[in-house]
Amino acid sequence: MEPFVTPAAVDTKLRVEHVNIVFDRDGKSTPVLNDISLEVGDGEFVCLLGPSGCGKSTLLSTMAGFLSPTSGEIKIDGEAVRGPDPRRIFVFQERGVFPWLTVEGNIGFGLFKLPRAERERRIAYYVKMVGLEGFERTYPPELSGGMKQRLEVARALAVNPDMLFLDEPFGALDSITRLIMRGELLRIWEAERKTVIFVTHDIDEAVQLADRVVVMSARPATIQQIVNIDIPHPRDISSPRYLELRDGIFKQIGLAHKL
Amino acid sequence: MKQAGFAAGDKVHTYKYLAICGKDYLRYTSALLNRPSLTNIKILDANRPSVLNLFVWLRPVAFIGVLLSVWQIAISRHTVHLLPTPVEVVGGIADLVQHGLLLKYVVASLFRVTWGYVLAVVLAVPLGLAIGWSRRVEMAFNPVIQILRPISPLAWIPIAILWFGVGDLAAVFLIFLGCFLPLLLTAINAVQSIPAVYIDVGRNFGLRRVDLVYRVLYPAVVPQLIVGLRITLGIAWLVVVAAEMIAVNSGLGFLIIDARNAGNRYDLVVAGMVLIGIIGLLLDLGIRSLERVKSFRWSYSED
Repeated sequence: MEPFVTPAAVDTKLRVEHVNIVFDRDGKSTPVLNDISLEVGDGEFVCLLGPSGCGKSTLLSTMAGFLSPTSGEIKIDGEAVRGPDPRRIFVFQERGVFPWLTVEGNIGFGLFKLPRAERERRIAYYVKMVGLEGFERTYPPELSGGMKQRLEVARALAVNPDMLFLDEPFGALDSITRLIMRGELLRIWEAERKTVIFVTHDIDEAVQLADRVVVMSARPATIQQIVNIDIPHPRDISSPRYLELRDGIFKQIGLAHKL
Repeated sequence: MKQAGFAAGDKVHTYKYLAICGKDYLRYTSALLNRPSLTNIKILDANRPSVLNLFVWLRPVAFIGVLLSVWQIAISRHTVHLLPTPVEVVGGIADLVQHGLLLKYVVASLFRVTWGYVLAVVLAVPLGLAIGWSRRVEMAFNPVIQILRPISPLAWIPIAILWFGVGDLAAVFLIFLGCFLPLLLTAINAVQSIPAVYIDVGRNFGLRRVDLVYRVLYPAVVPQLIVGLRITLGIAWLVVVAAEMIAVNSGLGFLIIDARNAGNRYDLVVAGMVLIGIIGLLLDLGIRSLERVKSFRWSYSED
């Protein structure tokens, strides 16, 4: 196991140091994360990959400051994480958009400290970026799942955060929309170069998107392996290298190749 | 045909045979979003919407007409006078108008309802939101609420009269009691059923306490509160009639009990009942118009 793998010549953005998490429920304690250490470079796209319920979402919530580790520490820009922060936005599945606000209202939600003109400029910019033009005054219940998901990404980007935490953001979408959304996320990431931590249980998704895939074991989660995906974007998902990397992860997780 | 309310290309193909027209399309789209089953889909003829709308409108009116005729005929064929006929009831209402009592009684009842209801809203809603926000406070309050809840507001009549005497204050107090607990419970439940993710998003964007309440908590509870406000207004209107029968000498409840006691004027009794029904309907329609505000409507249309 190689706990500290960082591409050379990139500043470290996030550092997870020996993090343990134990949940206490009805007097029974369940270890969820077991001595997790990880470094993520500035502008890097990292996928946390693991089976359902392995604790990868817990790790993500802890990085975002919604949970405190039982022991160990998480540092961002050298500073210990003490709680959620507008510089790092957590994108939930589409559930996170506010149904009582229009598309514009949602995107502008985090911009309350800006003067009006600047706020409107940014809203217009991000409405366009995620392709929701014409829906500015629409309320989320009238949008499709994919549109709501893009709306939530736009709301996150509008406050110009350094980091995005995405928790299985495309999990609830149909497979066609999911593919399109992956392409859009990569386009946005290449344009804005945020540090992205992306949780998924979908091996293909991880290999298509990430610079590095962090493969996690079942609960209590440990880091099994960190796989560098050395294929430039746009990625050919039928290339031998892609298949090789994907199959390597399949084997690592212990999945058979035949159904 | 343009289908407003649907996102272009999304899910719409399921309903591509659907043509929605006229003012009702919003209602239909929200019904579809609620329960997208085929039984809910009405196919309207796009070329004749106004005729259809008229027919839809006439249906309840026609039904009321039939009921009134049956009532009239049944009573006039019967020798024992069990109930005044509709014509006599209309006469009774005309009597009330002539004596200037109609407006006076209606205003008296509405006055009491307004005070009792508004007082309950102003006190119960903020208190309920505060209680719902904190699990510890809720645990402290809950037993008391559960004990008080099954006590009918009418059981308080003797105490209301003891404290406030016979008069408006006692009636207002009874209405207030009838409204307070249902509203309190609605507000508590509304806060507790806010999805945690909304609060997390608010905190993530750096909202402090006051902003979190104003920008997340309040808008998240509004739809549930409106339902509670509507149910409670119905309760207020029920309680005022009972309160007026005992605690005061004006209003529609007083009209009913007084018409019977003072000379068995059953035409006036039924006239009072009809007026209560109509005003209750109007109050409900008024408060339901709140549900149509777009930023409030989300909970009714989300699946």
